[in-house]
Amino acid sequence: MLPVLFGISVAVFTIVHLIPGDPADVLLGQNATPARVKAINHQLGIDRPILIQYINFIKDLFHGSLGTSFDNKEPVAKLILGRLPETGMLLTGGIILSILIALPLSILAASKRGALRDQLVRAIPIIGLGMPQVWIGVMLILLLGLKFPLFPVSGFGDTFPQHLRSIFLPSLTIAILLSPILIRSLRASMLEILDSDYVLTARAKGISQTRITFVHVLRNAIIASVTVLGINVAYLVGSMVIVERVFVIPGTGSLMIDAIAKRDYPIVQGVTLYFALVVVVVNLITDLIHAALDPRVALK
Amino acid sequence: MKSLKTLYIGAGILGTLIVAAIFAPLVTSYDPTEQDLMQTLSGPTGAHWLGTDALGRDVFSRLIYGARVDLTIGVLAVLLPFIIGVSLGLMTGWFGGKFDSSVMRVVDTVIAFPFYVLAIALVFIFGPGVKSIIVAITLVGWVAYCRIVRANVLVAKELDYVHAARLTGLPTRRILRRHLLPNVISQAIVFSMSDIVLSILAIVSLGYLGLGVPIPTAEWGSMIQEGQPYILQQWWLATIPGFMVVIVGFALSLIGDGLVARLER
Repeated sequence: MLPVLFGISVAVFTIVHLIPGDPADVLLGQNATPARVKAINHQLGIDRPILIQYINFIKDLFHGSLGTSFDNKEPVAKLILGRLPETGMLLTGGIILSILIALPLSILAASKRGALRDQLVRAIPIIGLGMPQVWIGVMLILLLGLKFPLFPVSGFGDTFPQHLRSIFLPSLTIAILLSPILIRSLRASMLEILDSDYVLTARAKGISQTRITFVHVLRNAIIASVTVLGINVAYLVGSMVIVERVFVIPGTGSLMIDAIAKRDYPIVQGVTLYFALVVVVVNLITDLIHAALDPRVALK
Repeated sequence: MKSLKTLYIGAGILGTLIVAAIFAPLVTSYDPTEQDLMQTLSGPTGAHWLGTDALGRDVFSRLIYGARVDLTIGVLAVLLPFIIGVSLGLMTGWFGGKFDSSVMRVVDTVIAFPFYVLAIALVFIFGPGVKSIIVAITLVGWVAYCRIVRANVLVAKELDYVHAARLTGLPTRRILRRHLLPNVISQAIVFSMSDIVLSILAIVSLGYLGLGVPIPTAEWGSMIQEGQPYILQQWWLATIPGFMVVIVGFALSLIGDGLVARLER
């Protein structure tokens, strides 16, 4: 994990240094005079050697500082923390809904291999994986937001119940995006589990099919979904940025896209770093959950 | 036999789209960017099969010309990561050692970056446009090919035909290119089918956010975004471009499945 964290810090540090031209020119725009450019460069520390800049960047990180926004002079870390509830709820909602969609469908498909219901479920990934995130969002807005106005189509609301209602459609978008991936691997692992010796033993002991499915098979299928979710968390987090935009949810993704329009690069840098850290941490958590659920997995 | 059929069906669907895109000026007589402000948001008519958009542009012709843009960039964006990933996968798997472990650390780092976040950050650096999209997809995309090929090489390099090639004293380059590559590349080719879908999805999403192919070029993502305000009256404006992506994804998925079956025979 340490080399990965090092790699991430180098990559994020490089992003700012790849920007063509002087950041000061970007900052000052029309008002750039050589003296002011020099002053800004000194203020940003860009006139120092690159290695020193990198060390300072890391020092700041350990102090929990991601720099300050150019636009409103607020600390970037504070801005990100302020948007956490929105992003966190959306991520949780999306994961819960995708499991609620994928798990029953996979059980249904695996319960009778090759039957019509199996073939129908198998068609879901073929269609589903080709659906653009933004398009799923727009279609849900059309159907459940406007034609049948059951849910708000944008914003986040003010109270907790309003939040829940507001994040339903965006969460469903994420779930529709994620469940084809889940279904594909869950169905395969369920079929494998149903073929295994311990299920045969359970049958021989005269345990009912329902009990086998829900006690023996389901437990292992959940382990499989945790792993699949862990592998796809980067894709999930990235898609969330776009879904937030479609539904005008003021989360961390919107923060980043707004910052791009204003060329506020400390925010772009901060959010990029933050999302990469989220992926690393979520991967660690899925490893831990996997180990907790499955005694055969030993953590190294 | 049944799975070969899926290959043909998929290739047929995609082929039709590609032919329509190439011969777009013959398929439709309208310029996709020509505005007719006297005739905006018209419903489907004999003259405009899918109606016109808010600026009076012919939707059907934008859809066909959009296929040109999305399919071309989609395929181009996968080409470079394919070449880089396959070569690195071959070399890391074959040589191992420090070279292998340092490339694998880079792979781990890239995997930690959510693709869309990195793509948006790169658009920020290079400005919106085709170049940024291709750079972003390349930076992230090579990783998958590298891992797939590396895993296959690790298995294949212990097989007899490779040992035999080494014993005859063939140079390493020749063993890698002529003996190993043809045997380890098939999985990467199958994966590239679904990878093209992913890259088209990225182009569409960035286009929707206004960070992709600059307007007024006809592109499916920006068409979805432009159609969204009129979604209650003219639902098809935002819906049909998305359908096109689904159809492309469906065709490539069938081709991928068919290829798997073909390669396994």
